[in-house]
Amino acid sequence: MEFTFDLNTIWFFLIGILLVGYAILDGFDLGVGALHLFVKDDIDRRIMINSIGPVWDGNEVWLVTGGGALFAAFPHVYATVFSGFYTALMMLLFMLIFRAVAIEFRSKQPMKWWRQMWDVAFSVASIFIAFLAGVAIANLITGVPIGPDKEFIGTFWSLINPYTILVGVTTVALFMMHGAIYGVMKTEGELHNKLRSWVNNTIIFFIICYITTTMATLIYYPHMIQHFKEAPALFLLAVLNMLAIANIPREISKGRDFFAFLSSCASIAALLSLFAFGLFPNFVLASNNPE
Amino acid sequence: MDVEILSRLQFAFTIAFHYIYPPLSIGIAVILVIMEGMYLKTKDKFFENMTKFWVKIFALTFAIGVATGIVMEFEFGTNWATYSRFVGDVFGSALAAEGIFAFFLESGFLAVLVFGWDKVGPKMHFFSTIMVSLGSMFSAVWIVVANSWQQTPAGFHVVGEGLNARAEITDFWAMIFNPSSVDRLLHVVSGAWLAGAFLIISVSAYYLLKDRHIRFAKASIKIALVVVMIASLFQLFTGHRSAVGVSENQPAKLAAMEAVFNDQTNVPLYLFGWVDSENQKVNFSIAVPSMLSYLIGFDTNTKVIGLNSFKEEDRPPVNIVFQTYHLMVAIGFTLIGISLLGIFFWWRGTLFKQRWILWIFVFSVLLPQIANQIGWITAEVGRQPWIVYGLLRTSEGLSKAVEAGQVWFSLILFTLIYIGLFILFIYLLNEKIQHGPEDVDSIPSEIGHPKANKV
Repeated sequence: MEFTFDLNTIWFFLIGILLVGYAILDGFDLGVGALHLFVKDDIDRRIMINSIGPVWDGNEVWLVTGGGALFAAFPHVYATVFSGFYTALMMLLFMLIFRAVAIEFRSKQPMKWWRQMWDVAFSVASIFIAFLAGVAIANLITGVPIGPDKEFIGTFWSLINPYTILVGVTTVALFMMHGAIYGVMKTEGELHNKLRSWVNNTIIFFIICYITTTMATLIYYPHMIQHFKEAPALFLLAVLNMLAIANIPREISKGRDFFAFLSSCASIAALLSLFAFGLFPNFVLASNNPE
Repeated sequence: MDVEILSRLQFAFTIAFHYIYPPLSIGIAVILVIMEGMYLKTKDKFFENMTKFWVKIFALTFAIGVATGIVMEFEFGTNWATYSRFVGDVFGSALAAEGIFAFFLESGFLAVLVFGWDKVGPKMHFFSTIMVSLGSMFSAVWIVVANSWQQTPAGFHVVGEGLNARAEITDFWAMIFNPSSVDRLLHVVSGAWLAGAFLIISVSAYYLLKDRHIRFAKASIKIALVVVMIASLFQLFTGHRSAVGVSENQPAKLAAMEAVFNDQTNVPLYLFGWVDSENQKVNFSIAVPSMLSYLIGFDTNTKVIGLNSFKEEDRPPVNIVFQTYHLMVAIGFTLIGISLLGIFFWWRGTLFKQRWILWIFVFSVLLPQIANQIGWITAEVGRQPWIVYGLLRTSEGLSKAVEAGQVWFSLILFTLIYIGLFILFIYLLNEKIQHGPEDVDSIPSEIGHPKANKV
């Protein structure tokens, strides 16, 4: 592959940066949402939601901008993927709205059933959004069936297979870890200690998912490491990723929560960069057409 | 129903719902700048509390605007893939520019505006308010530019053929300043100011009628009245300019707006009527003779091209465009009337004693909202059957990979969810209104956020 600095390359990486920004920022508030039901106390739940209250809608701006940039720079990718993934994306949108509503609504009434209902909505929507984002990314790795007129020719169910589900779960695990660390940073007292102990659990959960996904990718989708063979320097990214993850429990045990959070951000950035370099220069692979 | 009708219905429904909120944000933000400016000038805590209250309302409209705005951006790709392929370079660029130049500005400073009262100095906070206001208007700039390009495409050439045909920018500034951008932008932005300012007038008049927050309500009404007076008169000017632009660039739309069927001079201007498209007549109408010709060219002999000069498949539906256009104009004049009434009694010093005016104020909030919605219906239905005027038909812009069943599914869910979202909006708005502003006189040492820890 020739690596040339043309306009498309610049756009590819600009969109990459926007997606990394989105994953880091919305990642922690989705993660807080995914952990929400594990917190049992009503006041603690309120604190969890308040910790992301000022920022979640600002975080979603990154998604909007990323979408706009994709539309402008790669309209065929935007059109094929968005119309092809119609049902999945609509569910993603509904979940984004549900989640926003749940955040606003839960503390408006004191009834137990009321709060439980919105807590479940908030948490399930958060998990679902993270999962769908992972599934979407996985489908870019596996490739999707595309006809000669650049139109997607599969159905919703052709997006779902064991590999895409695995990547979806890994994304949930990643955001749970990220959200737990954010929570540690933003809370005090008992809840703080509880979240602190969860960081280690979520890291273990994430690392198990991460190793499984990596192995599955190497075995079934070896095209993703083609560039890494050609440019071994890229392996540094993988090393960086490992180091960043390994650094999280170290910082947490030293009580340097902010640095733990930075490490978590770095590991997300490295992970998505690995994915982007693996994919480059393609965006959408046609699974039925190896050309 | 087929995919085309369903996709059009879904887009119309989701954009109409979305468009309730951004105009409110734009309009309220401008008034926030005025109010906080007065606080900085007078150092009177009263104005700070006043700004704080309206910031809460602003934040609510902004949040729902973001949530429903993401839907819009996705829908171009999900439902209108062929359109997206064709216009990506032009329309997509404007959307991307909106994200980069407007949203980041807006959402970055929004955190300071809402949560930064005690964290930054008053000047820095004021600066943030100005940036949020500018950000919200930049957003309008890019969206209206993108839509105006659909109405009057310019600064591009078409490369490729058939499925691979796409519009590419050849002259960026000609694309931005296409023939209708500036007039339509001014029309849209002052419509947004009216929406925000009338919300403030409505809520404040309600307080006065309930005998609550008197000083706050009076001052809010006065500030907002100045804005609506200027904006409603300015609408007359921008509306006129836009209509002249339509007559030059989209004659079929103008013909539908005034139900002109045959080419003619001395064309009348209808005040109202009901169009019978089949027999090409306007029933139950009252019209000013020759007025349309005069308004378009300042000469009663100005010729207006009629719908019959266009091929049948190139004509927009007439009655809906006619009705929405005339209702919008009628509301526009009503708003000028309400503004003049308010200013007149303010000048006489009896404004706040006239309960009937206050009642008009309470309900006036609906008028700019209706006018904004139906004005867009005039613009968008009047553009039909084109999705990009003269270049690409709406029926050709669809996603080929999407089936009717999928759109049924999403349309039904959007309807249910948006009904819920609207109830939520009204509920939260009402709650904030009932809670009211912190009265500076009753709580002299009020600092910080009594509700900061409450979601």
